Amino acid sequence: MYTSKELELLELLEEKGYLETKLLANLLATDEATVEAMLEKFKADGILLGFRAMVNWQKINRHDVTAFIDVKVTPKRGRGFDEVAERIYRFPEVTALYLMSGAYDLQVVIRAHSLQDVASFVSDKLSPLDSVVSTTTHFKLKTYKHDGILFTPQVEDKRLNITP
Amino acid sequence: MKSLSQQVVSMKPSGIRRFFDLAQTMENVVSLGVGEPDFITPWNVREASYAALEQGYTAYSANAGLLELRQEIASYMTDRFGATYDPTTELIVTTGASQALDIAFRALLNPGDEVIVVEPAFVSYGPLIELAGGTVVPVACRPENGFRLNREDVEAAITERTKAMLLCFPSNPTGATMTGEELTEIAELATKHDLWVVSDEIYAELSYDEPFTSFATLHDMRERTIVVNGFSKAFAMTGWRLGFTCAPEVVTREMLKVHQYGMMCAPTLVQFGGLEALRSRDQHVPKMVKSYRQRRNYFIQALNDAGLPTHVPGGAFYAFPSIRHTGLTSEEFAERLLLEERVAVVPGNAFGASGEGFVRASYATSVEQLQEAIRRIDRFMKQFEVTTTMTDSQR
Repeated sequence: MYTSKELELLELLEEKGYLETKLLANLLATDEATVEAMLEKFKADGILLGFRAMVNWQKINRHDVTAFIDVKVTPKRGRGFDEVAERIYRFPEVTALYLMSGAYDLQVVIRAHSLQDVASFVSDKLSPLDSVVSTTTHFKLKTYKHDGILFTPQVEDKRLNITP
Repeated sequence: MKSLSQQVVSMKPSGIRRFFDLAQTMENVVSLGVGEPDFITPWNVREASYAALEQGYTAYSANAGLLELRQEIASYMTDRFGATYDPTTELIVTTGASQALDIAFRALLNPGDEVIVVEPAFVSYGPLIELAGGTVVPVACRPENGFRLNREDVEAAITERTKAMLLCFPSNPTGATMTGEELTEIAELATKHDLWVVSDEIYAELSYDEPFTSFATLHDMRERTIVVNGFSKAFAMTGWRLGFTCAPEVVTREMLKVHQYGMMCAPTLVQFGGLEALRSRDQHVPKMVKSYRQRRNYFIQALNDAGLPTHVPGGAFYAFPSIRHTGLTSEEFAERLLLEERVAVVPGNAFGASGEGFVRASYATSVEQLQEAIRRIDRFMKQFEVTTTMTDSQR
């Protein structure tokens, strides 16, 4: 069980990313040692997995290709979808993998340098897997928002400097 | 030309105005002078108003506001604060809490009636009371008491001409809150001296440590209290200008006349936004409140660390640090901080004489901006540590 203070810390980190321990302690009205202990616990429990920057590569014209691949698979007796999922997520170009409800089973997200790279990933690596029945590949054209962050220009503060 | 209204001409413009003009001419200002949320109105609220526009809801609403909205406000008041009002006879939707205060005082006051105003107070209170023919009797909240109100101080100010008391907790500008028990002591005075109470509860949702008590829910207070509230602070809707009054029918009937002749009704599109805001309040309000509370925790600690003694405010989004030890007046302090370090705060005397020696610093701005403000304030405060510096150099 986690305390409300611990949950508040997690929500804060999820929203803001990395913050200094002292600032976290002040925001949560506690001391640094308590925050450090909570962070250690989260890491040990596999709850806090790391901190990453959100980069808008669109701004610097780096032409990476992101593809979302809908994959239908045959689950394995005893291991369900986990075995084939494991074989797929081990490829470094796979940036995300989800088990889905609905028309297909796995959604594979891959980031590659070119359309060609995606095509060879699908034909050489993904499709030949025994359990894979079919794939449908979609290419991302533009990111508007990712993980709650807008990729289009931010609205600046529209408030006046001083108001009653 | 014949002369203009003497009363209006003799009124002083808001003390905030001068700083506003000065700050507007400067660049790279970190503003802690803003009395409004840094959140933008939640999208679903904006969308609801947009949809109403699309569907052509461009006509007047009932004078008291859309019945649907009044019903929603009534159930909000019950669910959230345990106060029961009849949406058809005891509720008026206004253009902001400011207009709600205006119609309240116009309905209450005869020339010469005195109104006890708890200070430091929002800049509009005094002028609105005077425009309605009343006389302002300020009662100061004491800093040593965390800016909570003392029963004795109020009682000492009551005269035969006292008609009403105006309370605002959580307070703008001090952020002070009062518990139900503390408010009960004030309520007893209202009963004893047969006073009306105008309770400005605009910051009700922004209470961080103690649950908020609506004044109208105290013993004997429902029938003598006009509750003023609105959407600006809790729902981040300042520019929409949407508020409301909850009061017994006997006074609501009279306020409604003033409202109907002076305003007709609150803008209909805006009312649709308010309806959506109330219906989706659980989605948005707790999140914003949590974020303000975290910033309060950080900012009060940081101000104290920077050498500005600040009491811990239980609500609203203002810190009210003391600047007395700098030897400056609050206007001098605010002006120099703005010119030297480009941090905008509001001098405490803008909120009444008892605010002298303090400044109001709003923490409704991003943590990054608050950290930058603290860096600058830290630097600014160094010059007032003369004695400490001398001791250091003697070592």
